[in-house]
Amino acid sequence: MNFKLQKIVPQLVTVLAVILVFGFFSYNAQVNMENRGIDFGYGFLSQESSFDVQFSLIEYDGSHSYFRAYLVGLLNTILVSVIGIIFATILGVIVGVARLSPNYLINKFAAFYVEFFRNIPLLLQIFFWYFAALRALPLPQDADAMFGVFFLTIKGFYVPAFVWENFNVFFYSIVAAIIAIVVIRIHARKVQENEGKQLPVLWISIGLIFILPLLSFVIGGVSLSFEIPKLKQLATTSFIYEGGVSLPPELIALTLSLALYTATFIAECVRAGIQGVGKGQKEAAASIGLNPNQVLKLVVMPQALRIIIPPTTNQYLNLTKNSSLAAAIAYPDLVLVFAGTALMQTGKAIEIVSITMLTYLSLSISISILMNWYNKRIAIKEK
Amino acid sequence: MSKINFLRPDKNNLNTFLYLGSLLFFISVLDVFLNSFFNVNITGFLPTLLSFVVPLVIGFIGLHFIRIEHSGYKFLDSLNKNINTNGFNAVLSLLIIFVIIKATPPILSWFFVDASFAGDSKDVCSGTGACWTYIKVWFNRFMYGMYPNSEQWRINLSFISLALLGSVGYFATEKFKKYLTLYYVVIYPFIAFLFIFFFISGGPVFFDFSYGIIAAVISVILGFFIPSRFKFYYFLIVPLTIYIALKYFVFYEELIELGKLDGLNWVETGAWGGLSLTFIISFFCLIFCFPIGMAFALGRRSDLPLIRYISVGFIEFWRGVPLITVLFMSAVMFPMFLPEDFFIDKLVRAIIAISLFEAAYVAEVIRGGLQALPRGQYEAAKSLGMGYWKMHIFVILPQALKLVIPGIANTFLALVKDTPLIFVVGLLEIVGMLNLAKTNPEWLGFAMEGYVFAAIIFWIICYAMSKYSYNLEQKYKTER
Repeated sequence: MNFKLQKIVPQLVTVLAVILVFGFFSYNAQVNMENRGIDFGYGFLSQESSFDVQFSLIEYDGSHSYFRAYLVGLLNTILVSVIGIIFATILGVIVGVARLSPNYLINKFAAFYVEFFRNIPLLLQIFFWYFAALRALPLPQDADAMFGVFFLTIKGFYVPAFVWENFNVFFYSIVAAIIAIVVIRIHARKVQENEGKQLPVLWISIGLIFILPLLSFVIGGVSLSFEIPKLKQLATTSFIYEGGVSLPPELIALTLSLALYTATFIAECVRAGIQGVGKGQKEAAASIGLNPNQVLKLVVMPQALRIIIPPTTNQYLNLTKNSSLAAAIAYPDLVLVFAGTALMQTGKAIEIVSITMLTYLSLSISISILMNWYNKRIAIKEK
Repeated sequence: MSKINFLRPDKNNLNTFLYLGSLLFFISVLDVFLNSFFNVNITGFLPTLLSFVVPLVIGFIGLHFIRIEHSGYKFLDSLNKNINTNGFNAVLSLLIIFVIIKATPPILSWFFVDASFAGDSKDVCSGTGACWTYIKVWFNRFMYGMYPNSEQWRINLSFISLALLGSVGYFATEKFKKYLTLYYVVIYPFIAFLFIFFFISGGPVFFDFSYGIIAAVISVILGFFIPSRFKFYYFLIVPLTIYIALKYFVFYEELIELGKLDGLNWVETGAWGGLSLTFIISFFCLIFCFPIGMAFALGRRSDLPLIRYISVGFIEFWRGVPLITVLFMSAVMFPMFLPEDFFIDKLVRAIIAISLFEAAYVAEVIRGGLQALPRGQYEAAKSLGMGYWKMHIFVILPQALKLVIPGIANTFLALVKDTPLIFVVGLLEIVGMLNLAKTNPEWLGFAMEGYVFAAIIFWIICYAMSKYSYNLEQKYKTER
């Protein structure tokens, strides 16, 4: 009896405390909202938003609803996160491998990079790129073209736009190529397990991914042309580029600093992972006659990835969450569009902040579920 | 005479290749050096693209020539081993050497040679270099925010005395060593809290500060007469009790009215700022987030399901959202949750928000340490008849915390790096002050200097902290 009581009492007390705190908060919220004449509800999401967003992936203007504005912000957040994750991974892996190089200069250079970018606050880096470094770029009329088609100016980075015809044929050909590659890989693994032969999977894959889309150009009637940005005069001193795709400087500054900052952490994860594979493993692999490439691919990497994946997942999550710093340089992400502008207009603090937080929570949880699934797949299968 | 074998330099024709290779390598470095420092291009007679690549090619050939195994020269061998193991490494090494040589002159000239240091107005900054005059003029603002100039000695005094009080551990004699933990866990945070909050605010609460100091002194003196087994509980309870007693039984308003005591000027928290605010926030968040995080780490490992679920929910919630939305919440949503006439200062709100946020991370770090302890430790403690709290305080936590020093240090580093985000609630620490100064019409166009200055400061702080935590880790590493 006494034993049971010992277990029940602390739980009851904790739950009661939690309920009390929440009850206190919601009671106050009700009173406050009544006093200020605000009513609680998510109905405002379908109302007309009547504010504009500078940069959006989907069609949007002031006549659309608040929900549409939310989607615009969410898509912009996802865009920054995805680009940032890709660049941070590439850079992080390179730097992480460089940290293990026997070459003294490369090793120290990578170490310097990591120590330098890791110890400066991300917000400061974003400000630096946005307010100091990118402001030194030329005006549109003075910009030199890179390779004749790219224009890096103070107003943004202008790249040619793709103009597709019969895009879906091209798209399906790529999908077909990917499916074919997967099938061939499965087949190759079977062949190797049964007969010990190794098929040149890499070359076949590369061939497929190039040849099938090329065929779609030749046979499928796909055509691609580029729309090159052109300088246009708005007023006597004001110029702008028209046509093509323009990447706003906010996006550039944000992805640049996110990638540079997060890459330092990914580099450390990669280094720890590769160092975590015992020397004996490599020697054993070499002694049974695998060549260096096979040692890396079949023995070192699978073991290193097991150590690398979990902390790297955390870094991806951090990058996604850090992308909310966009609000500081007015890149229209979820926080700026929704928790900033929409909140100012509607005054629905509780609803909007809770939606924003829930969105980030579900983004984080979905990334971690995805990576957990991958992690489980490559984990040691103990008998 | 030995035949010159260009593809395979070896020991037999060592001297030929050594001289030739060193010469070529020297020429390639000299070319880049002259090019970047003196703007002389000795390969200028070649077409542009070629003259760009020539040093690389010459250097590559030179390095190839001096790549001689077991040459007998120690320096050459170590050079080859470190930067010149094969062609690929040679190219990378050359590229890095060239980048360093190329980058040095512009950086040097921007930082020092062309920079302006003198004067106190924008006029002196006409050169192409950095304008450190800007930093000099705004230095006080960057350090203290809008804190009145005449009162800044209070911040300095607080930080200096806290630094001195914090270094007590180094000077303590053997006799006092055993009280150090107690001192750092209970007394020091208490004094620091009084100093930072009440002394820097000033105004009527200044008396709170004096009472607090009196309470601390009295309790330390009385503490010598308390038997050591009660010491922990004594210091947990008595200082606060004395403080509260003094606060409610001495009426400072009357003292002021009598003109007997003169308080410090009141400086509202909105005027605090600059680097000192970074320190203040980091400090408070550290002392608050640590116990909260420890509680939730224990909660997550608890046998009681409801407590475990609540802890998991708390931890995962704060870890799943970005800090900026948490600060948004503390700015716009939190006031709605409080009774109407109840006002909490925005600095306090920000500190609460950041503490809760970091507590979740601290909890996960500590949980890692708890999980890493072998089960035998728990069982051994239980078999000695220890209860839950005794077991954790005397056996489990000391070992677990020792294990997670690097993790805690990383979390704290992240906390320091997150402080600039408080611009969301309208507080301006150093980065916020930079952004404010940048828009001052008299000082437009010096964003770069400001950010470089702040970056250097943050870098020094964070790097020093990470090195310190590394040392701490080495010191407390116990073989197991």
